[in-house]
Amino acid sequence: MCGIAGIIHRDGPGDIGAEITRMLQSMKHRGPDSSGFALYGPPSDLLVMRIKLADPNEARGFGWSERLERHRNEIEHRLAKIGAMVDVMHGDQEYAYRVTFRYSGELKPLADYMEDVPGCEVLSLGHSLEIIKDLNDAESVAERYRLSGFTGTHAIGHVRMATESDVDISGAHPYWAYPFSDIAVVHNGQLTNYHMWRRRLERSGHRFQSECDSEIIAVYLAQKMDGGLSLETAMKQSLDELDGVFTYLVVTADSLGVAKDEMAAKPLVLYESPELVALASEEVAIRAVIGHEIDTYDPYEREVLVWHR
Amino acid sequence: MKINYDARGLAEPVAQAPRVATLSITGDPSGATAVFDAAELTTRQINLELRRLIYDEGVADVTVRNPGAKHSLAVGILARCRITIEGSLGYFGCGLIDGPEIHVTGRVGWSVAENMMSGVLVVDKNAGSLTGAALRGGDVVVRGDVGARSGIDQKGGTIIVGGNAGMMTGFMLQRGRQVICGNVGGGLGDSMYDGAIYVGGKVTSLGVDCVEAELDPADDEFLARKLRIYGIEAPASWRKFVCGRKLWNYDNLEPAERKLVL
Repeated sequence: MCGIAGIIHRDGPGDIGAEITRMLQSMKHRGPDSSGFALYGPPSDLLVMRIKLADPNEARGFGWSERLERHRNEIEHRLAKIGAMVDVMHGDQEYAYRVTFRYSGELKPLADYMEDVPGCEVLSLGHSLEIIKDLNDAESVAERYRLSGFTGTHAIGHVRMATESDVDISGAHPYWAYPFSDIAVVHNGQLTNYHMWRRRLERSGHRFQSECDSEIIAVYLAQKMDGGLSLETAMKQSLDELDGVFTYLVVTADSLGVAKDEMAAKPLVLYESPELVALASEEVAIRAVIGHEIDTYDPYEREVLVWHR
Repeated sequence: MKINYDARGLAEPVAQAPRVATLSITGDPSGATAVFDAAELTTRQINLELRRLIYDEGVADVTVRNPGAKHSLAVGILARCRITIEGSLGYFGCGLIDGPEIHVTGRVGWSVAENMMSGVLVVDKNAGSLTGAALRGGDVVVRGDVGARSGIDQKGGTIIVGGNAGMMTGFMLQRGRQVICGNVGGGLGDSMYDGAIYVGGKVTSLGVDCVEAELDPADDEFLARKLRIYGIEAPASWRKFVCGRKLWNYDNLEPAERKLVL
């Protein structure tokens, strides 16, 4: 089933950390396995990277903490080695870190170098995007990663009921468009031509960490945008090139988009006002952040909508 | 109010009617009205309160305030009564009802009035997909737009839409009628067996074995009467769509005809 939600403020930054948490928590019944957030804080000339060094549900053998500590130091060491000036490295969990640093080179070699550390996965990398994902419901993840004070312009989130792959952080949404900065996707549905697209994208040099079909969408869109297409055009092409049932949300540094498949098989409710746009799998999620009475509607099949902050 | 959830924190296995409604009785009990605020109640509490008022107290006119787009509200009500819902419903609202006249002043989500047996449901704003799924009888009226697959597997009754409808409207329609005043999406009446769909606006495309038919005076009378009852403005002209009956006897089909359904 899964539940997806997104919010974009058109009149300056808002309290997106608390808002998206409330939206996701109200849809807990759609997926209690894991929750994930893609949040856009104020853009900075520093890069911000979110990494995980292990999965919370893996067996914690002898020396687990020491090993994580060693890998954490290795990350810091490697960042310095590749020419990045680390600003702050902060651990929300002993297996999940947030690093800000100054770096002017290509992102792919850096991300690949980080993921070469055993157990490391780069969850997000960009000038404003931060992806936080972990097991359990949205409120407990938000509390563990202290998201309540996070302000920014737009965010998407996902509560997952695992159907296609394992219950772990690698299988949780949102997915960053590795290695394209500041692009992320959440998806409700199943892609039936996933393996074809995965092979195709792997041939052009992309890496995939999970067995989750949704992982390809972000990379698919980012590659098209890297080739010069607009977000909207790339999304319109995805309606013909991706098979299966889907409603997905995509975020970039300054916009939020939604696309629905040609069967309109997965739900989405949309609320639009001059100040903000909020959309979610269920209307209860939108009402969780808007106090007054609202009018909403469902986008139709093959609709692609994009808003800018 | 203490709410007990199951171990997953999702369902509420034990619940009691919260007894929060304000009743006003003037004269005989059948004229009683009741109103309650659902903002702080759970789905089960709201439904139990509705049942208590309608079945136990015999109230024939209930108003629910602040439903907050919760799912599965006002389901399974099997009595003649009037229910006003001031606000919007989530998914599966007013399903499995037999008898009530329900008025929703907001919008409704997917699968509203699924398997409704009789009565009237009027929705003032939009509806999601699968409106009136497996409808057996009564009138489902949506003044705004509806999503995809309205009246999927409909077996009776009437669905009336003041605005536009999405794709696959009337998919597998078996009996009953649909009246769409606006435009409809692709695949209209796909695999319908019987019944009729009236469209006032543009038709994107017809589904498998759906054909256009001529309107007769009985159709005109039916459309005028239904729209008059609910105060919906009629479009300039109507088109009628029915089953082409090519697929009624699957065993006798030519190979080319069989390809239609594949």
